[in-house]
Amino acid sequence: MKDRIIVSAAPHLHDRTNIPMVMWNVVIALVPALVAAVWFWGWKSLWLTLLGAFSAVAAEALVQKFRKLPVSVADGSAFLTGMLLSYNISVGAPFWLPMVGSVFAIIIGKQVFGGLGNNPVNPALLGRAFLLASWPTLMTDKWVPALNRAVKDGHYALSGMNDLSLIAADSLQTAFPKVHALLTTSATPLKVAQTLRDTTWISSLSPDQVANKAVSLSVFENLFDLTTLKSLFAGNIGGCIGEVSVFALLLGAAWLIYKNIIDWRVPSFYIGTVFVIAFLFGGIPGSSYSIGLPFFHIFSGGLMLGAFFMATDYTTTPLTKKGRIIFGIGCGLLTMVIRLVGGYPEGVSYSILFMNVMTPLIDRLTMPRAFGEARK
Amino acid sequence: MRLKTFPGGVHPHDSKHYSNSKPIVSAPLPSRVIVPLSQHIGSPSTPIVQIGDEVLAGQRIAEASGFVSIHHHAPISGKITKIEKFPHPVGNFQMAIEITGDGEDKWIDLIDEPNYLDLAADELKSRIAEAGICGMGGAGFPTQVKLSPPPDKQIDTIILNGVECEPFLTSDHRLMLEHPEEIISGLKAIIKITGAKQGMIGIEANKPDAIKLFSDKLAKEANLAVVPLALQYPQGAEKQLIYAATRRKVPNKGGLPLAVGVVVQNVATAYAIHEACRYKKPLVERIITVTGPIVKNPANYRARIGTPYAELVALSGGTTEDLGKVISGGPMMGFALPNLDAPMSKGSSGLVLFGVKDAHDMKEHDCLRCARCVDVCPLDLMPSMIASAVKYKNLEMAIKAGLNDCMKCGSCAYVCPAHIRLVQWIDTGKIRWAEQQRAKK
Repeated sequence: MKDRIIVSAAPHLHDRTNIPMVMWNVVIALVPALVAAVWFWGWKSLWLTLLGAFSAVAAEALVQKFRKLPVSVADGSAFLTGMLLSYNISVGAPFWLPMVGSVFAIIIGKQVFGGLGNNPVNPALLGRAFLLASWPTLMTDKWVPALNRAVKDGHYALSGMNDLSLIAADSLQTAFPKVHALLTTSATPLKVAQTLRDTTWISSLSPDQVANKAVSLSVFENLFDLTTLKSLFAGNIGGCIGEVSVFALLLGAAWLIYKNIIDWRVPSFYIGTVFVIAFLFGGIPGSSYSIGLPFFHIFSGGLMLGAFFMATDYTTTPLTKKGRIIFGIGCGLLTMVIRLVGGYPEGVSYSILFMNVMTPLIDRLTMPRAFGEARK
Repeated sequence: MRLKTFPGGVHPHDSKHYSNSKPIVSAPLPSRVIVPLSQHIGSPSTPIVQIGDEVLAGQRIAEASGFVSIHHHAPISGKITKIEKFPHPVGNFQMAIEITGDGEDKWIDLIDEPNYLDLAADELKSRIAEAGICGMGGAGFPTQVKLSPPPDKQIDTIILNGVECEPFLTSDHRLMLEHPEEIISGLKAIIKITGAKQGMIGIEANKPDAIKLFSDKLAKEANLAVVPLALQYPQGAEKQLIYAATRRKVPNKGGLPLAVGVVVQNVATAYAIHEACRYKKPLVERIITVTGPIVKNPANYRARIGTPYAELVALSGGTTEDLGKVISGGPMMGFALPNLDAPMSKGSSGLVLFGVKDAHDMKEHDCLRCARCVDVCPLDLMPSMIASAVKYKNLEMAIKAGLNDCMKCGSCAYVCPAHIRLVQWIDTGKIRWAEQQRAKK
């Protein structure tokens, strides 16, 4: 007999999942968003994404060669990090930007700490923070209008805007040149919202400005009317490559939840918290309440991408079920603090990074009570 | 019908189809048996025979060496040929008595007392103790001890465990189909002994024929009922079964079912109790499933305790492929053996054989912290944290994460995408903790 009997500890069955299966499934789940990006912005989105992904793979392979470790790039985790990093930059960015970001993310964000499973914060987000700190203009000013978007009188910002408010917006030119400038470039909706909020908070308005405050309000309300929300949902807006289409991201997220790869707790509590805070505090002085406002906040910016694909990163989120709920709520609170009172229009990546650092503490404080343990 | 269940757990393919339609067949008398002195939880029994002694089947050959211990009896008639260390079904070598059979199967005198349920509880309990019965689901706790609660504990519910949640195994299933009357009678004996008010039989939903059969048989019994349970592993773990059936939570940190007024017995144990009480027949045979993808004729045997596994495999026509893994017990909690030399014991419900391609030995990767193990742990522990704490020799942390509460069901390792041998690390931690405690004394 050629028996090769293995003696090992139980269990002797396994559900056959493995790391490559997990990672490549997340990559697959990100493909719809890439398709949307190509649809709205053209092939450059694809090239940027692939450059980012393959730079990450190359960086990881080099580091592992250098450290004389087995090269494990086939597991897909470096590819995924590079892909997510690229999803965080604008399609207007130069080709070297995702490459530099990915290499930084892999080497400083991941390999320095010992590779997969040992990094304290999400490498892709660390890479994004690095790029944002080093090349702020490339990261925030290069928004590109979607290709098939109706361009009305040079107004790119919001395809959902109706004619009336576009004409109204023109009258902002003298009173609020900053707002006008934003509306006529392709700024992200969140940037518009933030600028409008800053504008209306100015305590001493000139008579000219007072007269135009109403226009400002109407532009603000236009951000979350049904037409704009539809555009946001489909992806017809300015923004980063990966965050353009809420619909495409939800499609991928549904796949991951169906495949039991991500836990529902973090995204649900994250998005839920953002929704509630936006509903309660998202308005600007004088604006009317609308159920559209919280939807505007959950559909715009990197929230969907962050909540489903970054805040669910295994290594940097809590192990405990309770901890994952706290993590989600924490991300939501921080995101809204940054969006509503902070200096950035967008707060998803910094809030996730901050909560990543809190993860060991959360785990320690939320150790589950064992089955049958007496309540104290 | 809404099936009862417990939180957590996993859903491995049940693989019962290999043997669940095969009626129990009596294995031919083995020419030689090896009776381990430790087939149960507690101190190993003391041999009371010497090499060269002639024994009858059913004759006591080793006796309990303390309160938590049991007697052992000769499974066949013949001559004691060796008392020494033999391969044991848990994978190591342990003291055992070898009997070389005379081929005549001469028995001690048995009785037949159909109305045994009228006897006093103490008499029934002593018959169980005499018969050397221990839990037959695997753990092997001495049954007479389990049925002797301290006077301050009131037992109100007896649950018979007919869940058989381990994949592949069908011995309890076949026993339930072929001997329902005996099992119910055994349950009544247990109720009589403990003074419980009600009895339940927990059966997993993949055995609809057994659920139907017992529902019909118990239809007229006011205090007995079948509890159909969802197909979910480890549904048959004691605490999980009690929770699913009664919603009571057995306290952790070594808490016993007694604390919530429940005693659980395996259906095979109930059958053995019936035989002990009615016939004064000691526990010398049991039903064992020999199965696996490479077994030529998977089957359920009624075989004598101590029959070497190799003989059972030969009875099943051998294997169609080279052996990759020999599992004594079920594939989730059973022991991998290096060969087929070990004998079956009172707790051996199955022998599962895998070919080389199913015998995975996967490389461990660093923990991804995906938390799947935390999500599936039926005892709400933190398996990955225990494992890494043990790895870095931080036993305090391991205990905090649940080291001593773990029952080693293996759900965590079953789902781990990094293929970490969580159960092995936890076992290592348990052993180190025990050593540390001994050193302190």
